[in-house]
Amino acid sequence: MGNLSLFLQHLTNGISLGSLYALIAIGYTMVYGILRLINFAHGDIFMLGVYLTYFGVLYTAIPWWLVFIIAPALTGLVGLLLERVAYKPLRDSPRITILISAIGASFLLQNLGIVLFGGRPRAFPVPRILNHVVKVRGVSINVITFIIPVVTILLLIGLTYFITKTKTGMAMRALSRDYETASLMGIDINRIISITFFMGSFLAAVGGIMWGARYPQLMPLMGVMPGLKSFIAAVVGGIGNIAGAVAGGFLLGLGEIMLVALLPRLTGYRDAFAFVVLIIILLFKPSGLMGTSQTEKV
Amino acid sequence: MKRIGLTLLVLVLACSSWMGLASAQTIKIGVFEPMTGPSAAGGEMTVEGIELANEVKPQVLGRDVEIIVVDNKSDKVEAANAVSRLIERDKVVAIIGSYGSSLSMAAGDIVNKAQIPAVGCSPTNPLVTLNNDYYFRVCFIDPFQGTVMANYAVNELGAKTAAVIQDVTQDYSVGLSKYFIDAFRRLTGDPNSIVEISAYNTGDQDFTAQLTNVKNKNPDVIFAPGNYGESALLIRQARDLGIDVPFLGGDTWEAPEFLSIGGEAVEGAVFSTHFTAEAPVTPESDRFLSLYREKFGKEANAFAALGYDAYMVILDVIEKVGSADPQAIRDGLAQVEGFVGATGIISLDENGDAVKSAVINRVEDGKFVYLTTVEPQ
Repeated sequence: MGNLSLFLQHLTNGISLGSLYALIAIGYTMVYGILRLINFAHGDIFMLGVYLTYFGVLYTAIPWWLVFIIAPALTGLVGLLLERVAYKPLRDSPRITILISAIGASFLLQNLGIVLFGGRPRAFPVPRILNHVVKVRGVSINVITFIIPVVTILLLIGLTYFITKTKTGMAMRALSRDYETASLMGIDINRIISITFFMGSFLAAVGGIMWGARYPQLMPLMGVMPGLKSFIAAVVGGIGNIAGAVAGGFLLGLGEIMLVALLPRLTGYRDAFAFVVLIIILLFKPSGLMGTSQTEKV
Repeated sequence: MKRIGLTLLVLVLACSSWMGLASAQTIKIGVFEPMTGPSAAGGEMTVEGIELANEVKPQVLGRDVEIIVVDNKSDKVEAANAVSRLIERDKVVAIIGSYGSSLSMAAGDIVNKAQIPAVGCSPTNPLVTLNNDYYFRVCFIDPFQGTVMANYAVNELGAKTAAVIQDVTQDYSVGLSKYFIDAFRRLTGDPNSIVEISAYNTGDQDFTAQLTNVKNKNPDVIFAPGNYGESALLIRQARDLGIDVPFLGGDTWEAPEFLSIGGEAVEGAVFSTHFTAEAPVTPESDRFLSLYREKFGKEANAFAALGYDAYMVILDVIEKVGSADPQAIRDGLAQVEGFVGATGIISLDENGDAVKSAVINRVEDGKFVYLTTVEPQ
């Protein structure tokens, strides 16, 4: 293995991991951008999405590609329900109250996962078409590592279009500025918030499926680390900014891989690296790489 | 009014003395094992064996034996909490556990201070029992296991170089890697025969960076002891990266999850373990295997067998010393000699460790297949 192909292999590994973080971060940042709510249960919704897919593929006669659409939709409904139960009654409370409710929801889902699915890991059924290796000039790539960035970019484009060009998207943006004024303009706030949560959870589940296909080990607590990492990715990119979340995800994934690859002695600090990045960003550019700082109107 | 009060008092006294009698009659044995988290499969398999043993032998000295299982969540802090709870709240006279050397070591100080004897089923790091008069185990230890695998790599596979990938958060993995490295260097006579030592943490899912570095060094064989889940993902990713040399590991790989998560990638993986249903070693093995088959409808694994043995050893000691006092049990455990268990003849040495043979298994067609048995020197 030459030095160049070694570096290219590391680069591929980094992009593959980064695109996963990016994919999960999209949903995270979208919910925040519109509702100004850090949905700490996002990682656990992600976990729920993977398990739903697992059961769908193994225990129903539905073909796997259809399950890959139905399961995220079901996860979206769970997200919608979660919003109704845990967030909606607190909509007029101080923001910190909702934040604590979100943390509670996260623990609830984790422990529900342990009760329902058991503590032992399960193997994600990866369709064969997504799981074979191709070799390009000495660099080995599993097809899935190629598919994930494509899915991420497609979702990024689709979502940007949705938010900037459609009427619902416009309503979402209006809502992100001011609930009351938006409702005075005839926007059905409850409906828009429901749609936002549905989409955010749908995206989490899509991220979960891609994660499961790459790392096919399912556990009830599997959402915790990816949830935190993608949260960091979203903050690094400028929380609320979808393109920023994608950039942050890639940056984080590449950084992690390069840290382990080039400084093997620091491998144990791999997770710490993400948090150090977060702290540095918060210290020097709190609005993130692509975020615009908003001035509060009095 | 007075009379009613008196009657009540007598009733309460009668009740409490009856309850006191009842609790004096049951002997409580605590079990702390990982039932959730990255080691959940290991804990569950072990507890199956312990529960089976409890059903087979539910009484000793004419008293009922109750086992109290506490989940240590594969976490060192939780392991310490679990053991404290068993000792302080449940007043157990002896403790069984835990799968995972780090988890057992987290409990070591507590059982030592409380003077409650503990018997480990499968923690193989030497430090679990070293300098701890109250910790024993029914399995072999890693200096032996590491040597067995190094021997296999050099003599059976003809390996001249090896790479080691260890989980730095697991004492088990770090310890076993160290003994493998020492033995491999000694056997090849080449201090540079270990070409790469890589590290990862429990819970990591992505190992591509480490594996790419390992691939660049072209080892003949890779030794990667660690949790079954992480190891299965690691080997999968290695095959994706085009690494096709054999993978070797330790006893933690013996879990159905290693096969289901690893899929085709783990075919040919070789590891050492404590016991296999394919090669019963004592009459007790046969008995255990048929009992297990009856209860669970499948073949037993090494961890269930070790759980079964740990329970049986404790009950045997209680019977011999004629007392369920923790100190008496400890003194009895220190004397265990030639106990016929399902996993072999158990004699505990001065550290409280069993000296037993190791079994080598290989993954073939999605199953663990018995290769050979290695006797201790």
